[in-house]
Amino acid sequence: MKATAESRLLFRPASWRAVKRIPWWLSVAVAAVGLLVLMPIAALVGIAAQGDAEIWPHLIRNVLPSSVVDTLALLAGIALVAGSMGIASAWLVTAHRFPGRNILVWLLPLPLAVPTYITAYIYVELFDSAGLVQMALRDVMGWKSRTEYWFPEVRSLYGCIIVMSAVLYPYVYIAARAMFLTQSASMLEVARVLGASRLKLFRVIALPLARPALAVGLSLALLEALNDIGASEYLGVRTLTVSVYNTWLNRGSLPGAAQIACVMLAIVVGLILIERYGRRDRRYATSAKRSRVVHPAPLSGGRAWLASVLCAIPVFLGFALPLAFLVREVLRGSLVSQFDEEFLEHLLTTIGLSVTATLAVLALATLLVSAARISKSSLTTSTLFVAGLGYTVPGTVLALGLMTPLVKIDGLIGMAWRSFTGERLGLLLMGTAGGIIIAYVLRFLSIATGSLSAGLDRVSPSLEDAARTLGSSRREMVWRIQVPLMRPALASAALLIFVDCIKELPATLLLRPLNTETLATQVYTYASRGRFEDGSLAALVIVLIGLLPVIQLVRSAEARPKPPETSGS
Amino acid sequence: MLTTTFTRTLLLGAAALCTMAGSAIAAESLNIYTTREPGLIKPVLDEFTKETGIKVNTIFISNGLEERIRTEGENSPADLILTVDIGRLQAAKDYGVTQPVKSEALEKVIPAAYRDPEGHWFGMALRARVVYASKDRVKQDKFTYEELADPKWKGKICSRSGQALYNISLFAAAIAHMGEDKAEQWLKGVKANLARKPSGGDREQAKDILAGVCDIGIGNTYYVSLMRNGSDEEQKKWGEAINVILPTFEGGGTHVNVSGLALAKYAPHKANAVKFMEYMVSDESQRIHAEANSEYPIKAGIAIHPTIASFGELKADNVPIAEIAKLRKKASEMVDKVGFDQ
Repeated sequence: MKATAESRLLFRPASWRAVKRIPWWLSVAVAAVGLLVLMPIAALVGIAAQGDAEIWPHLIRNVLPSSVVDTLALLAGIALVAGSMGIASAWLVTAHRFPGRNILVWLLPLPLAVPTYITAYIYVELFDSAGLVQMALRDVMGWKSRTEYWFPEVRSLYGCIIVMSAVLYPYVYIAARAMFLTQSASMLEVARVLGASRLKLFRVIALPLARPALAVGLSLALLEALNDIGASEYLGVRTLTVSVYNTWLNRGSLPGAAQIACVMLAIVVGLILIERYGRRDRRYATSAKRSRVVHPAPLSGGRAWLASVLCAIPVFLGFALPLAFLVREVLRGSLVSQFDEEFLEHLLTTIGLSVTATLAVLALATLLVSAARISKSSLTTSTLFVAGLGYTVPGTVLALGLMTPLVKIDGLIGMAWRSFTGERLGLLLMGTAGGIIIAYVLRFLSIATGSLSAGLDRVSPSLEDAARTLGSSRREMVWRIQVPLMRPALASAALLIFVDCIKELPATLLLRPLNTETLATQVYTYASRGRFEDGSLAALVIVLIGLLPVIQLVRSAEARPKPPETSGS
Repeated sequence: MLTTTFTRTLLLGAAALCTMAGSAIAAESLNIYTTREPGLIKPVLDEFTKETGIKVNTIFISNGLEERIRTEGENSPADLILTVDIGRLQAAKDYGVTQPVKSEALEKVIPAAYRDPEGHWFGMALRARVVYASKDRVKQDKFTYEELADPKWKGKICSRSGQALYNISLFAAAIAHMGEDKAEQWLKGVKANLARKPSGGDREQAKDILAGVCDIGIGNTYYVSLMRNGSDEEQKKWGEAINVILPTFEGGGTHVNVSGLALAKYAPHKANAVKFMEYMVSDESQRIHAEANSEYPIKAGIAIHPTIASFGELKADNVPIAEIAKLRKKASEMVDKVGFDQ
């Protein structure tokens, strides 16, 4: 504390940044955003505190132990499978050259575009006991009954782990690949010169290096897994989220449900701490110069093909297979029947909601990040932190917590309206798309603040100082220096948020107004009717739109100086 | 710059909201909150609009419908709650989001056992929870619910989650017949007979019987008709793989549930809502409903869908479903206690 106070005195810059206070309206706006994000969480804790003493002993004895175990087993399984898929493939494509590597670099991140619930539906259609694969097997082998042979069960904990890992491993892959690319060049060369074996390189260099990337990528993947009730419910895994539903619906106990939701939040906090831990190392890691790039060593013969196969497996499971299935279903004649007025309406609704939410998120995030750039006050930093919470709260829980405050606000607006006009207004937020948009904004705000902060951090303060010295106003400086420089960050954040909104299911299900369906809810509706194939066009469109940011992400990640093509060893 | 972007976004959002709000409070309309998949009820809704000119707005919410209406409170646009299973209807009443309806037309048509004594909900159609039996492997054509716990079915029964709405009501009926302790023993026995972990919907049980995973499944009647008469070739095979047996409780009948309607407490279009309820028990809509959904019509004298009729004559259980509704919470806890889904 003392040191910072002194340094402030000593290095008082003569620029606008010396202004430690932000205008009052900006303070109010920042505080309002912070309160908005806290609103559903506070409401939830409030509901939980209303207590339902009667139900708690039952939950502790009969519900929580098994659902906590199932949830943790699911998370542990995903950590293991998605973690090893992500790390191994990232290492292979970075450190080695083998057939197909150049294409695989492009394909490996693609499963990010496929929502987990859609993959779950597809895997059941394919691998369930009466699914395409087993039916074909029985036809070919002449088996009459499922009892005559062994086949892994899709609708099980293991099935759920595989399905979710297949689409969530890219979180690990992307983080690990970035780490390997920037970090390992010199270490690798030294180790190779000293004669270390390939396996030893992986063990001694890749794994320790990957640890922070693993933490960051995995915590994201696990948060996604925890959020996604569609898949786990469908595959018969009784996680905490499913228990929230049962307690709430079959026993009419919202407080009980809110209490379980609080247990879930505790797990989430654990995941965030892991991520924090990972990021701490990451900062250190990325400080290295980027000038040297890993020089991939060629593999030969069987090893090369083994590497190709190993890297192709995750792509096949997480992307090729689901995509092929969707395309097959759409081509099987449903394209014409599904592409109707209703579908177009749902498509437009989805895009409209997502665009509005994306614009709102960008506006709020710009506000927060700019305010934080001007002043690192406790208000701005804590609001930035709070803004990050939204993403960690599972969509169902967020929607549950959001309903009460939204209706309260609606009540106030309605009262004001009535006193002015004498008419009944109805629900302005809950009765319209307002509720969903607010839910999207709260959930995805942190994606934008994270990416904008990172973008702004790259803008050298001296540029701003120069602009100020040359006589531009603060507003001009923001408009002519900061914004153009932030544009790439804004664009990529916009794309990510847009796609996340399009994929969002649990909050949309709970908060949408009358006559409103999105592509995601349409897919869910058909799947819950046991007619997933009728929603295949909607599912395919979600996946194709989802590809846009992933491709852009790969493009910017792979746009690094290319290593020389000549063989190095 | 910040301010302009911000205001622009707000304006844009507000404009979007207003147009959407406008459509939801148009004069001659009716807002239905439903847990039914829109496709299933669309034929009836379309016919109603054609006849009365009242525009029907729907929202399909599978989970949390009552909670949402309760939270929305006085300003809720909900007029009607259209849902399945006594559990949902009773939940709506218990949540305090319904209001009583006094209508001779309804009371004349709907037997007292299938409506709320105070008029808070009305059953519009019936479905029975029955046994799906493999055509190849199950030779008997009679069944009691008690028999599901018989060790001779060990490893041969498929079920969806014990916490599924329909199962909870069936288990509640079991409590009504057997008493709490015996029902728990019974459920333990059923669990011990399961071929796999409970999962999927009712259709998946038929699908797994076709695949040979199990010989017996528990499911609702109308699903069989939807599978057999639908456009999907694969589902036809599932539906054809099974026989439907209408089981009974010892000393009772077949467990029957309702799909029904309740008038929302603050319904802004109350008159239209009551009009719709009365329309739902008209000959014409009962016929459309039976045809499109394959449920048993609640009105006497309306033809049952031929597929459903082929299952044999329905002898409905004598425990009033309002009683069953009261036992649902116990049933749900019982499912956790015996670890049915584990």
